[in-house]
Amino acid sequence: MEKPNPLLDVRNLKIQFATEDGLVDAVKGTSFSLNKGETLAIVGESGSGKSVTALSFTRLLPEPPAKFAGGEILWKGQDVLKMNARQLRAIRGGEIAYIFQEPSTSLNPVYTIRSQIAEAIRLHRPDVTDVDAEIVKWLDAVGIVNPAKRMHDYPHQLSGGMQQRAMIAMALSCQPDLLVADEPTTALDVTIQAQILGQLRELRTKFDMAIILITHNFAIIRGLCDKVAVMFRGEIVEFGTAEEVLSNPQHPYTRALIDCIPKLGANQKRLRTIDYAKLA
Amino acid sequence: MDNRSPAQRMLARFRRDRIAMISSATIIVLALTAITFWILSITNVPFPENPNATDLQSKLQPPSFEHWLGTDNLGRDVLSRILHGSYISLTVGFVAVAVSLCIGVVVGAVSGYFGGWVDNIVMRVVDAIICFPTFFLILSAVALVGPSLLNIVIVIGLVSWTGTARLVRAEFLTLRESQYVKAARSLGQGSFPIIFKHILPNAAAPIFVTAVIGIPEAILTEAGLSYLGFGVQPPQATWGNIIADGKAYILDAWWLIVFPGVAIFISALAFFLAGDALRRAGNSKSETH
Amino acid sequence: MTSFLIRRLLIALVLMFLISLISFFIITLTPGSPYPWGEMNPKISQAVKDNFRKQFHLDEPIWKQYWFNMRDLFNGNLRSIKDGRPVLGRIGEAIPATLALNATSIVISLSFGLLFGVWSARKIGRWQDTLLSVVMFALLALPGFWVSYLAIIGITETFGTPILGTHSFSLEYPDAISKLLDYAWHLALPATILALGGIAVQSRYVRASMLESLREDYIRTARSKGLDEDTVYYKHALRNSLRPLITGIGALLPALLGGSIIIETIFAYPGIGRLGYQAVLERDYPLLVALNFITAALVLLGNLLADVLYAVVDPRVRLE
Repeated sequence: MEKPNPLLDVRNLKIQFATEDGLVDAVKGTSFSLNKGETLAIVGESGSGKSVTALSFTRLLPEPPAKFAGGEILWKGQDVLKMNARQLRAIRGGEIAYIFQEPSTSLNPVYTIRSQIAEAIRLHRPDVTDVDAEIVKWLDAVGIVNPAKRMHDYPHQLSGGMQQRAMIAMALSCQPDLLVADEPTTALDVTIQAQILGQLRELRTKFDMAIILITHNFAIIRGLCDKVAVMFRGEIVEFGTAEEVLSNPQHPYTRALIDCIPKLGANQKRLRTIDYAKLA
Repeated sequence: MDNRSPAQRMLARFRRDRIAMISSATIIVLALTAITFWILSITNVPFPENPNATDLQSKLQPPSFEHWLGTDNLGRDVLSRILHGSYISLTVGFVAVAVSLCIGVVVGAVSGYFGGWVDNIVMRVVDAIICFPTFFLILSAVALVGPSLLNIVIVIGLVSWTGTARLVRAEFLTLRESQYVKAARSLGQGSFPIIFKHILPNAAAPIFVTAVIGIPEAILTEAGLSYLGFGVQPPQATWGNIIADGKAYILDAWWLIVFPGVAIFISALAFFLAGDALRRAGNSKSETH
Repeated sequence: MTSFLIRRLLIALVLMFLISLISFFIITLTPGSPYPWGEMNPKISQAVKDNFRKQFHLDEPIWKQYWFNMRDLFNGNLRSIKDGRPVLGRIGEAIPATLALNATSIVISLSFGLLFGVWSARKIGRWQDTLLSVVMFALLALPGFWVSYLAIIGITETFGTPILGTHSFSLEYPDAISKLLDYAWHLALPATILALGGIAVQSRYVRASMLESLREDYIRTARSKGLDEDTVYYKHALRNSLRPLITGIGALLPALLGGSIIIETIFAYPGIGRLGYQAVLERDYPLLVALNFITAALVLLGNLLADVLYAVVDPRVRLE
């Protein structure tokens, strides 16, 4: 069988942050790859380096204080770390699009949804003539009712769930090959979380787009992700298919994270916590 | 792990900052000069010359080896007058700020800690005071009570506390809701220990920064008053009144205008830069993006 | 928006009342003789003093004095001690010159403040930002009267043209344009010197506010869309950083009006500042009270305008 050329190939990536007390390693030699149309979850607690890794794909980390200390990020075979500003801008949004944790602060409060989505479409798809129709189409695709009216709203006029849908519409409107969702549901209510995740699942099959889902919550990846990478203190400690990792976790940290998920019907008095002393 | 206190970290950041070091060194030199010449003034030591000794034979002389910064219309040595005037400016700066800090901290603390209608009334009064053109209000009041060093610092202090009050109030509103203040209150501590032991120390850094920035503002205000004839009165030399006296000879004796102005400018700049450096040092978020 | 405006207007009315109290009581309660000729002057007979006290209601209780003072101010009966003319008229004559001077200064402060502030924020952490910061504090540290003198010396020595007053004396203007240019020439220098501190303060506000905006999540979103840095700075960050620039007008006005006293005195500019200095020299109580009250009221009005302007810029306020 022929091995497909990976869409994204991260090799031995090392990222450091300059702080007052010197350089701190945020990512310590991470490697993984992702094929076209695949869905990967990067799971880990806050500070594990998962968001830093995600932002590094298009060099969105402010440099300084961030500093790439080694490794490569190959996007369609080209090293992102060697690209100039123009090449990076072409990839950002156009090929790799992002949605972030906090929809209420991720949208610019002084511009309408329409103007913020139009900005992306005009930039990456200059051939689109009827931008408004395109915006309506995408807002409709992410489940916003009455999109022709809603698109004239300012972000603060929408609910959190609606804001995140607008973010997703903005990300999808440029038809990217990869959608990076950085904790997309953490700031939302549980019921809205389920809706947004369902939406992502549906969109993934509909548009055959690769997704990287960054999360601290193992509970939300079942049924959405093909592969799972578990990050702990800047390193990937476990990598495998979602099925394998969930049913048979190898690393004690993974087991600890999975144990944190509350189970329906289980007779537990309290949720498990992670005992870091055992992991060291 | 870093186990230094926030104040130690602030100091460490301050010491790494070149502008901070240059400006604070300037302030130390200024302060030493002011103290030295204050002592020389009260002991009547004529060094480098008696600042008030007139010599009409050698009036309006340009800078020379004998008179480094020239002489004024009464033949008085400009350098001596500038040096002997230095402690007036610094005294005005420090004392006026002390007065305004006392008022501002108390008003802001009461307003922020108690909140409710007390806060509402106090803040409306502050809003109203802020509308007044400060310099005009100060000038009116100083002119009516009569210009003297004491009156000037009191009036400047009485008019310029509003910024501090607003700042302290804002800090209190935030800190009042913090967990450790709630904890202290739940342990049955009274209002005053909570204000002085738990809240004020945490608001100290921004208050300190406003205080340092307030010093050059007071110095400039006094210079402006002196210029208009309502500063500390002659024959006592102040930087402002040397310029005011010299304005009649504006086209003949530039040194009467230029040198005292440079003295005001350098002192004010040193305090402004030190204040800003302190603000930067106290800001744990580094100013990069 | 309407309820926002009504609320702001009500607060402004309360502030106006407080301002009238403060301006009256600070001037009146300040220790010192109320007589323009001094308490101990032996040439003034008791009868003249009594007459003076009666005329200016000084024999009434203080709250009644306040009431008479404010009533007379508004119906034009509050008169200057010096020349007996209604103070409202004297202030009215001086307002146009001061407005021209201060409006020009505001425009200069805001535009250069914006320019330098944004530029500083873009160059954060580099030598350009450090240099600009030092220059801005230097502007703040310059005594206005000192700069004025240096500028007057410099300009009269090099150009030999008069710059004092609002216009050149004994000059026949051939046409309206040269008249306008002459007024503008006389306005430019004092307005610029008056604005120096304002430029510094505004640029620091804008810089701080830009840096804050640049840390926001929506900036990351804008970059993640592939927008170029100019669009990120000037479209996404700047629009969110305008609040301190606009509300800063409120803080700028009192400083400018206060600074007008010195600048107008030096440049012989016939505005409120120079009138104020005369009132101070002459111990003209009614005029001092009225000037403090009216200037503060002007500042309040400026604040109100800034608030409304801000509501127009920010949809979050506009739509509430």
